[in-house]
Amino acid sequence: MTLPTPALEVRDLHKSYGQLEVLKGISLAAHDGDVISILGSSGSGKSTFLRCLNLLESPHQGEIYFSGEQLQLKADKAGALQAVSNQQINRLRTQVGFVFQSFNLWPHMSVLDNLIEAPRRVLKQSKAEAIETAEALLAKVGIADKRYSYPNELSGGQQQRAAIARTLAMQPKVILFDEPTSALDPEMVQEVLGVIRGLAEEGRTMLLVTHELNFARQVSNQIVFFHQGLIEEQGTPEQVFEQPQSERCRQFMSSHYL
Amino acid sequence: MNFDLHGFGPALWAGTLMTIQLAVASVACGLVLGLLGALAKTSRSRILRLLGDTYSTLVRGVPELLWVLLIFYGSVGAVQAIGEAIGQPQLELSPFAAGVLALALCFGAYATEVFRGAILAIPRGHREAGLALGMSRRRIFWRLVLPQMWRIALPGLGNLFMILMKDTALVSVVGLNEVMRQTQVAVTHTKQPFTFFMVAAAIYLGLTVISMLALHVFEKRANRGFVRSAA
Repeated sequence: MTLPTPALEVRDLHKSYGQLEVLKGISLAAHDGDVISILGSSGSGKSTFLRCLNLLESPHQGEIYFSGEQLQLKADKAGALQAVSNQQINRLRTQVGFVFQSFNLWPHMSVLDNLIEAPRRVLKQSKAEAIETAEALLAKVGIADKRYSYPNELSGGQQQRAAIARTLAMQPKVILFDEPTSALDPEMVQEVLGVIRGLAEEGRTMLLVTHELNFARQVSNQIVFFHQGLIEEQGTPEQVFEQPQSERCRQFMSSHYL
Repeated sequence: MNFDLHGFGPALWAGTLMTIQLAVASVACGLVLGLLGALAKTSRSRILRLLGDTYSTLVRGVPELLWVLLIFYGSVGAVQAIGEAIGQPQLELSPFAAGVLALALCFGAYATEVFRGAILAIPRGHREAGLALGMSRRRIFWRLVLPQMWRIALPGLGNLFMILMKDTALVSVVGLNEVMRQTQVAVTHTKQPFTFFMVAAAIYLGLTVISMLALHVFEKRANRGFVRSAA
């Protein structure tokens, strides 16, 4: 039996900051429709791992594949891996959405302009086409009425929903969420989780770094537990939450969950 | 009170127009220089960084008046050589061109630091969001960094423009007929220094007030979408 090509595959990823090795060889594959939640205490390397996948951080070793296409990497003088071809990395980045903890909407543009910028300039969509898609996405995340507002006029939850819509406007094959609700006030967490849950139910392929354990358990089909730069435990939500094999994971679950 | 300009009104008016032209031309060139300087100083290339540092140190370390004189008199040989090479032996640098060059050079050196601060003030995440959407570095600069830099840099640049406006008076030493020189001519003829220096002061003050008002409009435009938070 041959498995289908994963939408995203990572082999033996390493990353260091000076002497400190924060990722010590991570391998992971996400197939179409997978929702993989990455858990772990802070400093375990989960965000760094996610940021290495689209080269917001430079790994020092490892291979990354998008739908079977290997990302071409070469080491710079400091030993960090950089993209060989700007063209390839920029093309692959359009296929991998990234949602930041701090939203990172561009404050000098209206919400609508935030959404149509990359589709117009990178995907070369016409303005009318980009606006049509953007308005549909804003309606989908429930902030259609905010399209002419500037990001700073929105609440945190609305900003994050706009940022998710901006990512969706590129029609990515995989979406990476880097602690999407950690910067939000508690009452706004649910509205953002609701949007992410909707995306999971559509069958989108997603990797999610989060501290919302209940949510992770409900939406994911796979849970990965990071500890000190390594995958300590991996499995279905039932396995990882109910019968964790490793002592670390058991401790983490008992202190953070229920 | 009766202000008798002894027929020097039109000359002063012409001088005012010349001062405005000089200031506007200098600030336009100076902004370009400042932007290039800031890009060089924040560049990943060590050579460009060194070049940027050299520029801002060298220019800021020498008085503006000296730059005007150095460029006007110092360029005579070079300009003549160019003139002869292109078959125009009478080519020379006009006082206006020398003034623009000197003032733009100085404005640019100070603006380099203002722009550099603005570049550093833009959160990394804004660039990262662009990268994550597949935007090229060039496009990120033009669409995301530059428009935001403008907002952050405007108060500092406005300040520099006020200084530039008054530094235009220095160009009178090489014989450009701007406000200061016209004033001196009038003083020599009429022997009424107080009257004419007061008029010159009023003209500079008026120009400064007008540019402050313009700056205010620019700042308001640039701050669209930025709620001034209490916290």
